[in-house]
Amino acid sequence: MKDIEIILGIESSCDDTAAAVVTADRRILSSIVADQTMLHSAFGGVVPEIAARAHAEKLDFAVEQALSEADVTLKDIHAIAVTAGPGLIGGVMSGVMLAKGLATGSGLPLIGVNHLVGHALTPRLTDDLAFPYLMLLVSGGHCQFLIVNGPDQFERLGGTIDDAPGEAFDKVARLLGLSQPGGPSIEIAAQSGNDKAFAFPRPLLNRDGMDMSFSGLKTAVLRSRDAIISEKGGISLKDQSDLAASFQSAVTDLLVEKSRRAIQVYLEQSPVQPALAVAGGVAANTLVRAGLKDLTSKMSVEFIAPPLPLCTDNAAMIAWVGHELRRIGHPGMTPLVPRPRWPLDPRRPSMLGSGKKGAKA
Amino acid sequence: MNSRATVTFDISQLEDTTKFAERLATRVSPGTCILLEGDLGSGKTHFARALIHSKLDELGLWEDVPSPTFTLVQTYVAGDLEIWHADLYRLQSVDELEELGLEDAFESAVTLIEWPDRLGPLVPDDALHLRFELSDDTRRLVCTGPQHLLDLLAGSTK
Repeated sequence: MKDIEIILGIESSCDDTAAAVVTADRRILSSIVADQTMLHSAFGGVVPEIAARAHAEKLDFAVEQALSEADVTLKDIHAIAVTAGPGLIGGVMSGVMLAKGLATGSGLPLIGVNHLVGHALTPRLTDDLAFPYLMLLVSGGHCQFLIVNGPDQFERLGGTIDDAPGEAFDKVARLLGLSQPGGPSIEIAAQSGNDKAFAFPRPLLNRDGMDMSFSGLKTAVLRSRDAIISEKGGISLKDQSDLAASFQSAVTDLLVEKSRRAIQVYLEQSPVQPALAVAGGVAANTLVRAGLKDLTSKMSVEFIAPPLPLCTDNAAMIAWVGHELRRIGHPGMTPLVPRPRWPLDPRRPSMLGSGKKGAKA
Repeated sequence: MNSRATVTFDISQLEDTTKFAERLATRVSPGTCILLEGDLGSGKTHFARALIHSKLDELGLWEDVPSPTFTLVQTYVAGDLEIWHADLYRLQSVDELEELGLEDAFESAVTLIEWPDRLGPLVPDDALHLRFELSDDTRRLVCTGPQHLLDLLAGSTK
């Protein structure tokens, strides 16, 4: 094992606090994610970790546990990779501070990593996928199509112009009185519902390009709910299921149609191993997954969906980015300064409807 | 305290909200606090996004304005002006506001706050309350705040 590099990854950019140990030959020796599920369901929403101090305490524990589960000490580690953004700034800062401390104390190189790159490169960790591949990143806070050309080369084809789908799932669950997180509870409610009961809009569906909008869909659910309440004085379980099913179907239609367009653009690059990879919690939705699977098989493109624990926030993906960057001699973010927003493709996207466009290359 | 008043605007079209936000963008300065009230899907984030884009655009800048629901706060810099866009829905206690640094921002930055009921006693006296009301086919924006600010806004959407 001495010859193969080992990296410690640290991730604390949103609600989860995580640490992992990953080898350069794609073995995940440990991946610890501090579990907040109990807190989530008690509150009826995701509990943010605001206090940097609380994050830091959990991080110490997560790093210790990651090292011991991997059966290594800091002496066996070759580098430390840490999420430097984008995300909740308090969390990012505490992760970066801890990593800087560890790096200084141990003399190990420190690599500042973009959280989104972590998601984008996960298919290489799990499936050794070749560049360039198409990535649909669809989570609580993000929604975008990327062509991944290399560990530091991303071409953003489009994405949401307002809410991310994961956020729409959470908020629609709130509107319907379903539990949080919204993804699983909407999926369960939808199973017994009629997905054609409500004709919700598919914003931007037939518009050119790969931009999406989910905010108007949320408003449409709100209006339908309120119409039912004013008519019947409340919503029945059947209404709840029908609203959930119709909403889920609209989200799926949007993601599938925009994926179809994205695949067309991507195939123009004649990739060696054409593949659509997904990441993010929404990729766990059965209907979304089935829709994308069906689409990719029709278009003769491989469909790659990493296992759920590696689709959602984790530190193994951060450690893996460390390996990918070291392989190409990239130092990571320099200087390492936490960033709340950090787009993968810094070009300005064309703006819908405002008449403003033009990517500054 | 300044005298306060209430004015109501019709914002039935999405563009009405955009135009209103763009107009308000020219009136804000450090210390302006705008509280965005209303149900989910009533247009609060749309308003904030339009105001931030407009303020950045004055300087030829553009930035993605993601929803702050997950990150709680997103900050933007437009020249000398700092803009805070916060969504307090996920906050559980007033103590957490201190961790976010919102109190300082109320004085030094333009603050756009969604779910401001979480602020409790910390609501700035001269804050502008924008209430997004949605009923049947109409949308209304009920503005309550300092008289001088509302005078400037009169006729914004028409």
